[in-house]
Amino acid sequence: MTTTDVATVPVAAAAPTVPDTPRRRGRGRLPTVLLGLPVPVLFLVLWHLGRAQEWELPLGIRMGFLPYPADVAAGLVNYVAGTRDDAFSSLLWEDLPASALRVVSGFALATLIAVPLGVLMGRFRTANSLFDPMINLFRPIPATAWVPLVALLIGYGDQASIFLITLSAFFPIVLGTISGARQVPERLLEAARMLGTSGVGTLLRVVLPAAAPAIVNGMRVGLGLAWVILVLSETTGVPTGLGSTIFLARDVVQTDQIVVGMICIAVAGFLSDRLLTLFFRVLFRDRPLIK
Amino acid sequence: MDTEHLSAGRTADVRIAGLSKVYAGGVAAMADVDLTIASGEFVAVVGASGCGKSTLLRILAGFERPSGGVVEVGGTPVTGPGPDRGVVFQDYGLFPWLSVRENVAYGPSRKKLPRAEVAAVTDRFIAAVGLTRFAGKYPAQLSGGMQQRVAIARVLANDPSLLLMDEPFGALDALTRADLQAELKRIHVDTRTTVVFVTHSIEEAVYLADRVVVMTGGASHGVPGSIRRIVPVDLTDRDVTSPAFNAVKREIADLVHTVPATV
Repeated sequence: MTTTDVATVPVAAAAPTVPDTPRRRGRGRLPTVLLGLPVPVLFLVLWHLGRAQEWELPLGIRMGFLPYPADVAAGLVNYVAGTRDDAFSSLLWEDLPASALRVVSGFALATLIAVPLGVLMGRFRTANSLFDPMINLFRPIPATAWVPLVALLIGYGDQASIFLITLSAFFPIVLGTISGARQVPERLLEAARMLGTSGVGTLLRVVLPAAAPAIVNGMRVGLGLAWVILVLSETTGVPTGLGSTIFLARDVVQTDQIVVGMICIAVAGFLSDRLLTLFFRVLFRDRPLIK
Repeated sequence: MDTEHLSAGRTADVRIAGLSKVYAGGVAAMADVDLTIASGEFVAVVGASGCGKSTLLRILAGFERPSGGVVEVGGTPVTGPGPDRGVVFQDYGLFPWLSVRENVAYGPSRKKLPRAEVAAVTDRFIAAVGLTRFAGKYPAQLSGGMQQRVAIARVLANDPSLLLMDEPFGALDALTRADLQAELKRIHVDTRTTVVFVTHSIEEAVYLADRVVVMTGGASHGVPGSIRRIVPVDLTDRDVTSPAFNAVKREIADLVHTVPATV
């Protein structure tokens, strides 16, 4: 090794790391996008072939009863833009707000109850002892099992729907909040106390921000469940909504519209998760949170 | 570091008498601790691991309750943590989601001071620890030494009458440590806040303190921790290489490491 080699070493070592980072990321992202395509395309092709040749699959799946992918696409356009002039034309713009309102109400109510309760349960043994048995007792009951009772207690309609959504979204949020509140470093609580924070102030100023990532995770799971339960909660007598339209489509044996409803719920669930994530990103800006 | 415009803050004396601490299960961590600290004094507490020096500091902070005895700061019995007693932890204890400025402003904001006053106090103490350029950064973006500077500024901005420091420089490299020791010394000269400083380093204790409290024993030694002796440091010049400095160091080291004849 010569002296000139020694002099160039730091330059050579530093040079590739700086400009290469974005380029490497770009190179890695394109194959990721491309690799995401073959399986869905194959799925659509098999779907079309299976429908055309009326395949019989295990578990008694008779593909002859499916709509063609192209029919679903046409149904989707009709549902969004009203191209066919039937019962489902442009109905999305009635169904989506009705369903979204139920999901948002139920989810907001669940959050309002679960976060304060979870903070108390995570921090105070007494609160935990009081509520833990009830939560463990009710948590395994699936929302489907609640439907008959709710039908009798509340009847059919928005309130029953919101109740079922609240119930389902509540558990992941409360459990996430409890675990987040338990993991707050003791040191931060001591720091807050010695700087003059009251007991309640400590919950707001230390426990809540320290538990924020766990709470957000719980809320995301809860929001996902809210959309799952939406369909169930709209099975019974709710006139408009993405779920009730699916059941209307079943009653008139319009399979393409059933699949259209399924797709719309998937997209709505996905978008609401993105919106929730975006909301928290704006709220926290670039604040580093405890992982 | 610029401490010229730090005004002298509040300051309080400390009275500890017959203090004992017994942990659940009957393990005696500390017994018969008597210590009186004058207002404005800088006292270091040294001793082997488990001698109870950190417990003593945590009792003064109000994080732990004594099993017996009297603990008074400024004539008031200690019943729990409070803003009159600022604590600097070895692991900083900064709020990771708050910027340097927000961390330092935390205490003054709790006192419901006018916003302009909070801002002025915050800026002054951030400047005092030389971090003005980093005021918008988050703790995780700073080195350990800088984080500890923030922690010191955060506590001083709260204007405590007693500053409790629990091995504050123990996790720092030697150069940073020396810098921070010199800074702390200057801050103490300016603010005259009473300081109790727990450390493993005898040299650090002799360099900083007016008096060094030597503790021995401890639960792991089978006897409760207690104060063996209090060594006044009467050096006018704290040159760590001078023979006089090293004579004091040696005296304290002997006290820390040898078993008392009475046990």
